[in-house]
Amino acid sequence: MKSRTIKVDYLARVEGEGALLVKIKGDQVTDVKLKIFEPPRFFEAFLRGRKFHEAPDITARICGICPIAYQMSACHALEDACGIKITGPIRDLRRLIYCGEWIESHALHVYLLHAPDFLGYEDAIRMAKDHPDEVKRGLRLKKAGNEIVRLLGGREIHPINVRVGGFYKAPVKRDFSALAEDLKWARDAALATVRWVATFAFPDFDRDYEFVALRHPDEYPFNEGRLVSNKGLDIAVREYDQYFVEDHVAHSNALQSRLTERNSYFVGPLARYNLNFDKLSPMAQEAARSAGLGPVCRNPFQSIIVRSVEMVYACDEALRIIEHYEMPDPPAVNVEPRVSTGYGCTEAPRGICYHRYRIDDRGIIVDCKIVPPTSQNQKTIESDLRQFVQTRLALPKDKLQWQCEQAVRNYDPCISCATHFLKLHIESQ
Amino acid sequence: MALRKPKLAVWKFSSCDGCQLSLLDCEDELLAVAGAVEIANFPEASRAVVKGPYDLSLVEGSITTPHDAERIHGIRRASKFLVTIGACATAGGIQALRNFKDVKEFISIVYARPDYIETLKKSTPITDHVFVDFELRGCPINKYQLVEVLSAFLNGRKPNTPPHSVCVECKLRGTVCVMVAQGTPCLGPVTQVGCGALCPAYARGCYGCFGPKETTNTASLSAWWSGLGVSERDLMRAFRGFNAYAEPFRRESEAHEK
Repeated sequence: MKSRTIKVDYLARVEGEGALLVKIKGDQVTDVKLKIFEPPRFFEAFLRGRKFHEAPDITARICGICPIAYQMSACHALEDACGIKITGPIRDLRRLIYCGEWIESHALHVYLLHAPDFLGYEDAIRMAKDHPDEVKRGLRLKKAGNEIVRLLGGREIHPINVRVGGFYKAPVKRDFSALAEDLKWARDAALATVRWVATFAFPDFDRDYEFVALRHPDEYPFNEGRLVSNKGLDIAVREYDQYFVEDHVAHSNALQSRLTERNSYFVGPLARYNLNFDKLSPMAQEAARSAGLGPVCRNPFQSIIVRSVEMVYACDEALRIIEHYEMPDPPAVNVEPRVSTGYGCTEAPRGICYHRYRIDDRGIIVDCKIVPPTSQNQKTIESDLRQFVQTRLALPKDKLQWQCEQAVRNYDPCISCATHFLKLHIESQ
Repeated sequence: MALRKPKLAVWKFSSCDGCQLSLLDCEDELLAVAGAVEIANFPEASRAVVKGPYDLSLVEGSITTPHDAERIHGIRRASKFLVTIGACATAGGIQALRNFKDVKEFISIVYARPDYIETLKKSTPITDHVFVDFELRGCPINKYQLVEVLSAFLNGRKPNTPPHSVCVECKLRGTVCVMVAQGTPCLGPVTQVGCGALCPAYARGCYGCFGPKETTNTASLSAWWSGLGVSERDLMRAFRGFNAYAEPFRRESEAHEK
């Protein structure tokens, strides 16, 4: 019987080192493995014995693309441990810096990593030769997001101004005046992005996914809410460990997460959108509808539209926060350690990022657990590929390989994060 | 006759991807850089791979696996100039905290099946394995310094990246000393500049993410910190951060470990 293998030894346009292996025997896909060979870095081990206030700076280093996600999850988990709840302008500033990270990360993925797949280019730099205005718009959008992070955080990558309890220094209102002008441009550019990506050709593909995201009664989720799904999950963040487990498989340096009762699940922009459409701003909802999306979208290839809609929302929300901003004084609340375990889960650009810390009375971290978004999507990516390849076996190998890569990039996988995650092999035996 | 564009390659070892992202974060300069060089290998940005040799290789990340310890030699052989970028590549990074502990214990803490994991006992900088032409410091690197280094190597000159301490930068930007004025412990006096003296400008002490400056006096700084009431354990933790395995910081953290 004729066998084939599709192998991608080093997946491009993803963050980190991974590979893909698809084995095909006759007309059956026999094996799909998303291999993560990004070397392990042992964050959960060396955090033991560190002071609790060091966790936001240390865990930021898990990922250069979404450091805010780690800083926010760490801060919320440790504040939970110490019995502190942040409200008012500090809470707003946290949403604002997260808006910056979503815009920066989504613009990077939509324009530099994912759009080239739809338009048939190896990368955005080659794409820029034929689509210069779009690529320039993407770079400027990315810059606008980075500018929020830089202003509030001190720098774009591994910001220095976030601490347990709040910020080291709060901006004064006039610091935002130039930024607000930038963001008005960015919101229009994000709307133009939605219109542009809506014209792409999308493979007809969907599955009956379980989407998992935070849901908050009053707002589109960043830092707070309950963990909910479209299949009945509705739990507090501190119940996470009772409902989700991580498995260690031989082909991956990332642990794979699953729901104990129903197996694989889907986190990220598509999950957030499907579970929180009603909480998007009217402008973002209108942008989604005009792009042909309803309140539920189950085609992961259309995640590029949803990411663009989320950019509209993030610009809108950032402008709202800036408009109503009053400087918090002091910029942080005092957090005193106590013997306790704290839980935090926030919406990284790629999906929920869960942290749990146990600390002693001197604030020393006794143990911790960190679950990044990509390790939670890993099983879903493998299942997607299994179904996707099965219906496309007649395609020439190079075309099939590229489409497989594109199917992986739907999830904007961040392998650096998940290793604690990616290479592409398609193998026919 | 048109000159051949220099070939630029970007390589990743154990890291967070932040330093190579710095190149993509040069939103205003990216298309100009891409116009001046041939991007021959940059998997985070492109599927296209052009074979070596390369005129300039940027290397991010530290060596932590037997496979990577081999791979770096091939990259060195294929590269005219090899420049390491970021604290992982220049000092072993935050993952070098394993160097002070038993890595087997670390594996068992994080992974259910230690037998699936292949890793070295120590996370080491690239310069421990191959000759490095230039080291660009920082966790993360400063993107303007990266553009300076690219420009220098493409034009055959030495990069202008000052080796002095964060203190000098604070004076230049007019930041009042947080250690003198507020009694906030600060690693600025022993840390190389490059960040723009950010932390003191945000009312916190420097935490050393650019690593030791040339000719540090870490023992003297530790004495000053002790005078501010910092405990031996906290001194150890302060030097054991993102550049923990850089020699002056490593020695100082060990001096306070007892």
